[in-house]
Amino acid sequence: MKKIVAAFVLGSLFGLGLIQSEMVNPARVLGFLDVSRQWDPTLAFVMAAALLITALGYRVVLSNDKPWFEAGFSVPTNRVIDARLIVGAALFGMGWGVAGLCPGPALVGVATLNTDIAVFVLAMIAGMIAFDYIAPRLKS
Amino acid sequence: MSIVEFSWINSVVGGAVIGLSVVLMMASLGKVTGISGILSNLLKPASAQGWHWAFILGLLFSGILVNTFFSPITIQVQSETPLLIVAGLLVGFGSRLANGCTSGHGVCGVARFSVRSIVATAVFMSAGMLTVYLVH
Repeated sequence: MKKIVAAFVLGSLFGLGLIQSEMVNPARVLGFLDVSRQWDPTLAFVMAAALLITALGYRVVLSNDKPWFEAGFSVPTNRVIDARLIVGAALFGMGWGVAGLCPGPALVGVATLNTDIAVFVLAMIAGMIAFDYIAPRLKS
Repeated sequence: MSIVEFSWINSVVGGAVIGLSVVLMMASLGKVTGISGILSNLLKPASAQGWHWAFILGLLFSGILVNTFFSPITIQVQSETPLLIVAGLLVGFGSRLANGCTSGHGVCGVARFSVRSIVATAVFMSAGMLTVYLVH
């Protein structure tokens, strides 16, 4: 129960951060990705602030024995840099560059009942399901 | 696209709140906050856990809370529907293939100095910028 409450509170907090930083507005994101016209540095500042807090915070937190509500930390251990990573990141970046949306901001945006956001989210879910279907067939 | 001027305070405060959420997730549940990963787990019944649902509901709740009780959230979509569909498919598929997105790789991974995440972030940033240059 504590885990559920914690996750809900943290999801809400994350969403509030996205809203406050205006990362939920595709125009803001596209303004950052648009290097040839009036460059909007918002995303850079958002990312920098988030990275600073996270880098420092992770160092402190990970020096503990265990998290508060779990037996151990689940930090990703995969270090492989392969075609899957690069192609996946490239495809993700392309989609991000087309719409200025990615999973977190889009999910927060769903709450506004914006139909464009809903279309994006449904397509995103379809893309994820498509991957799960194709993945076993991919050479690793 | 007309947009309100850049506000460094909004940006930094928002980013700090995101960072705080991510740090507390590690402190409490020992997990990274990769939203594409959390969402994708919900699509597979075998791997969906309570905290996944709770986190996603929290994201939705924040939007409802602010939009309803504070001020309408500004969302300026710049794309026609067919492109939104293509974009969604690419973001969904690509994030799974790369096993991460802007939150998982861009924030959590880079903050851990994971070379894998740094590479992924550099690639998707570049791809995003190139795509905007070509498409918009």
